[in-house]
Amino acid sequence: MYKLWNSAYKESLLLTRDLGGLTILFVMPLVLIITITLIQDSSFKSINKTKIPVLLVDNDKGKISKSVSESLKEQNLFDVVYKENEEEARNLVFKGAYQLAIVIPENLSKDLEKKINQNVEGVLAEFGLEEEGKHPVTSEIKTKEVRLYFDPAIQQSFKLSVKSSIDKMISEIETKSIYKAFQEQLSDEESAFSFNSEKFISFKEITPKLDDDEVLPNSAQHNVPAWTLFAIFFIIVPLSINMVKEKSQGTFVRLRTNPVSYATVLGGKTIVFLVVCLIQFMLMMLVGIYLFPAIGLPTLDVSGKIFLAFIVALFSGLAAVGLGLLLGTVATSQEQAAPFGATFVVVLAALGGVWVPVFIMPSFMQFISKLSPMNWGLNAFYDVFLRNAGLSEIILDLLLLFLFFLITTTISIVYNNRKNAV
Amino acid sequence: MLQIQQLSKKYKGAENFSVSNLSLNIEDGEIFGILGPNGAGKTTLISMLCSLIKPTSGSFLINGLNYTNNKQELKQLIGIVPQEYALYPSLTAYENLHYFGSMYGLKGKKLKNTICDYLDKLGLSEFSNKKIEVFSGGMKRRINLIASILHQPKILFLDEPTVGVDVQSKNVIIKHLQKLNKEGTTIVYTSHHLNEAEKFCTRVAIIDHGKIIIKGKPSELINNKENAHNLEDVFIAFTGKELRDHV
Repeated sequence: MYKLWNSAYKESLLLTRDLGGLTILFVMPLVLIITITLIQDSSFKSINKTKIPVLLVDNDKGKISKSVSESLKEQNLFDVVYKENEEEARNLVFKGAYQLAIVIPENLSKDLEKKINQNVEGVLAEFGLEEEGKHPVTSEIKTKEVRLYFDPAIQQSFKLSVKSSIDKMISEIETKSIYKAFQEQLSDEESAFSFNSEKFISFKEITPKLDDDEVLPNSAQHNVPAWTLFAIFFIIVPLSINMVKEKSQGTFVRLRTNPVSYATVLGGKTIVFLVVCLIQFMLMMLVGIYLFPAIGLPTLDVSGKIFLAFIVALFSGLAAVGLGLLLGTVATSQEQAAPFGATFVVVLAALGGVWVPVFIMPSFMQFISKLSPMNWGLNAFYDVFLRNAGLSEIILDLLLLFLFFLITTTISIVYNNRKNAV
Repeated sequence: MLQIQQLSKKYKGAENFSVSNLSLNIEDGEIFGILGPNGAGKTTLISMLCSLIKPTSGSFLINGLNYTNNKQELKQLIGIVPQEYALYPSLTAYENLHYFGSMYGLKGKKLKNTICDYLDKLGLSEFSNKKIEVFSGGMKRRINLIASILHQPKILFLDEPTVGVDVQSKNVIIKHLQKLNKEGTTIVYTSHHLNEAEKFCTRVAIIDHGKIIIKGKPSELINNKENAHNLEDVFIAFTGKELRDHV
């Protein structure tokens, strides 16, 4: 135990002597988390608050195009800019000056009205309600196409969101037109019965509750745990470099001749780098709680969750340190350890669902994802922060993280002992 | 103290043995010099004796013990001064020595006093709280030595302990090693400095291509070799003048 504490003390001295490195270790994850949350929060707002400039080419000049234009404005989602020429609009969008152009075809209002009237008259005729002397006339009306132009640089998710929004708007206009046509066919008087075209079915999102208080997830609740985990796992880079440096400095050679086990040497590193992970975690939490609201970001709600979140950070830190120890044991140069470590963390993060949710990955990748320690950590963090889970619900993820630490550390010790067997 | 029997080492992919069937006995209390040109196998031999690399064949006993059965006891018994500085540059001299001393189980006042004592003897007291990274080559060599003798080893292996240092530092190191030897530490050392070895060693072995060519007291080797006035003459006579560059 005495040798273990002295090893840990030495590691802490080495770490604190490198002030630049220490600053990077603590500040860069904070910069990362603030930047990512700012970006994600603003993109979230851009769909809800910030208006997106959209080009509208109105070749219809009728009721429908007027409704489309009004609906676009009412939605508070788009800032409508009118253009006369489809080609000009297309060029502007394809050059990236605008993200979207909507082209309403000629005679859309007229043809839609004609089509609806035809359908309505047909339906009424079936019930024997056609006006006297009037027989439904069916002439072929070609389907109309509202053309959308998107900036090729915009992301698919944004495109889908805008498309579904426009689709919904056009459906509503079409429904209203059908109601109106029925009403006109059934009554000539303005004051007579009118269809209530208000939506009958609505939906409400039911969110988890904590002590009867509704918990509304925000970008901070999503981002802080995910990127905290990412930062925690990045510890493998400085840790593996620390170990490779010992090899190149010759201090590792000296340690090999000393009566101290490799497990003790690794134990000292584990203690110190685990503390670093936990400090990183605490700093991230403080940023989420205090700095985020000060810079206009949603506050990270940790009420009743901080203890469990700390436990998740502890076990995630252990898994990350285990991986760092293994990399540091196997790598023989900084050129191997640093790029591999950094890239591997990014791969683990991608697999773990830090960037893209696991449920939208292909089934094969979903299986691979389950093998990523970052996935276990992220699940546990989301359970704590977003699903209000208790210890019993996260225990499996914690056990997997601990098992990962034990396996990686054991492999490190066995590898070292075999490599240096005499 | 040290019995080596037919010790050999061939590195993976190498054509030749770095150490080949080498047998040697070193008595308790000796200062034994292992001399040889570059690539002769000196460092490989020392590395095997310090459990840093595994021999291909052969065996050796240190104080009657071997690494297979008595690894921890042996590590407590030996000290090694590697060719590299083997120190943490960002730690102070004291912190380095405290850490390496603690790895031998030394603790408390005893450790502190031992460190201060050695720093004083090797003229480094006033620099104990300075980081190693600001030390000169000679100062680093002296700290490197102290880190290896804090636990008062029975046998001390030194791989080129005076390479790249000034005359003053060299003298301090050699004098201290002689003192240690008088106090009972057996010393096995490799060097390129033949004049130093001639004065310092009780016995030397000249090795080349992994084999001992000749061994004995320096004075005997000089006297027995025709036209030899010093150890360097003996060395040249046995190892030749051609360059030993190899990769």
